[in-house]
Amino acid sequence: MSARLRWRKFVSNFMLTLTGVCALVSVAVLFFILGYLLFNGGTSVNWAFFTQLPKPVGEVGGGMANAIVGSAKLLLIASLFGVPIGFFGGIYLAEFSGAKVASVVRYAADLLNGVPSIVIGIFAYSMVVLPFKHFSTLAGAFALGLMMIPITLRSTEEFLGAVPRMLREGAMALGASKWKTIKTVIVPAAYRGILTAILLALARVAGETAPLLFTAFGNRFWSPGLGQPTASLPVMIFTYAVSPYEDWHRQAWAAGLVLLGLILIINILARTILSRGIAVPRS
Amino acid sequence: MPASSNHGLSLNVNAPAGAAATKENAAAMPMRMTISKLNFFYGSKQILFDINMGIADKRVTALIGPSGCGKSTLLRILNRMYETVASSRLEGEVLLDQQNILAQDVTALRRRVGMVFQRPNPFPKSIFENVAYGPRINGFQGPISEVVEKSLRNAALWEEVKDHLHKSAYELSGGQQQRLCIARALAVEPEVLLLDEPCSALDPISTAKIEELLVELKNLTTLAIVTHNMQQAARVSDFTAFVLTGQMIEFSPTPQLFTTPGDPRTEAYITGRFG
Repeated sequence: MSARLRWRKFVSNFMLTLTGVCALVSVAVLFFILGYLLFNGGTSVNWAFFTQLPKPVGEVGGGMANAIVGSAKLLLIASLFGVPIGFFGGIYLAEFSGAKVASVVRYAADLLNGVPSIVIGIFAYSMVVLPFKHFSTLAGAFALGLMMIPITLRSTEEFLGAVPRMLREGAMALGASKWKTIKTVIVPAAYRGILTAILLALARVAGETAPLLFTAFGNRFWSPGLGQPTASLPVMIFTYAVSPYEDWHRQAWAAGLVLLGLILIINILARTILSRGIAVPRS
Repeated sequence: MPASSNHGLSLNVNAPAGAAATKENAAAMPMRMTISKLNFFYGSKQILFDINMGIADKRVTALIGPSGCGKSTLLRILNRMYETVASSRLEGEVLLDQQNILAQDVTALRRRVGMVFQRPNPFPKSIFENVAYGPRINGFQGPISEVVEKSLRNAALWEEVKDHLHKSAYELSGGQQQRLCIARALAVEPEVLLLDEPCSALDPISTAKIEELLVELKNLTTLAIVTHNMQQAARVSDFTAFVLTGQMIEFSPTPQLFTTPGDPRTEAYITGRFG
């Protein structure tokens, strides 16, 4: 074997190992975090954690039921306005706009996506908290919803753009108007990808803490309606983790575990839904 | 059917030998569509030059010519599919039943002038839903499953799919998918069916089936087919138009065009000297 060939073989094997190790590391990080959360928080996750309010300092036990419900409410309302705006905006971008408008909107969406979440929080603070003169679920949901818009918009646009041109032509050749083509063929052909992206966006904002700090604030009790400050899992984790109490630290780990678990469940549900229906084969 | 007449077409019927071989008197054929003095541009580039021809009622008209000659563009003008490309421009007149197609609502026009594409393009839906799609979006209220069955029968696909209508259309073979697309187009009962190289992505057996089908479909509708395959044009069509670099070189009854072409360029092309 010539030296040159040996060298090539070495480079090939080296790169194979390097890429393999990198792939392993990326997977390992997830399992490491999961294991760490389980180890530290596993013992504190019990029925009470899901059903009870936080106990005052010193009392053992209690749970974060209000934070779980609070997070659910925040995410629901955030999606209720963030997802439609992003979704329809994405449709406009992919299907109706000219190249110039599209590039401007796309660029703006990318910028908005890059705005630090704390800045989004300040914006929501001045737009919602100040006029209403108190922290609220609504303000927190507004901040999270804003963050969902660019992700939903860009991924909607991308997945719609990936629908083969011949499907559009097929529908239009049957006398479908542009909107009907979009509604009955293009969106159904792309909905798996779009739905996955929306769920990823949801999972991402579910863990956001900074935009909630001065919008939803926090609450040690239930927060009825939308107009009052509310607890949420990420803020609860933050508050408990920086506290000096051993018991609170355990609760923070447990909250982290629950948050991750909820996101995992959303993902698995999404994949189950997505495996049904008919996908456009790649050609 | 609306009154239609030979609309001043330049059908080449002057070669006596060819005319004798033709059963049809081309000049007397009623025309479903007529194209006159058609010029077509993409941006500043002219694609078609002064095209005059007709699509004979209940017959198969073939458009042949080398790649890039403009035959597909010509076909896509007939249902205004060219409009999906911005910066296209059309001069001249295209009539469907004596009415200018440009003056009509484009969705209504496309309902009347159906199209089948180069590659089978079923929707990501079941076989049934694919065929039902056209009638549904056009507000069909009657018994949809009857329409689906009839269309699948007309596309010679019913026997093969009748037991799994609710399976994904993508589970069919390529040839079956193309016949499904034909069934889908037939479901809205188009007056004219345009086929843009419908067999170019198919194997010979599937191609043969589609060719047989086309001849059958003449009883139902009017057909115009673009093909790069001269044998196919000879087998299935009644009239053939030979297009070269955007110009209509010859438009004659098919037997005549292939036996006694009126233009030396046609002869050169059909004998395989270029293309």
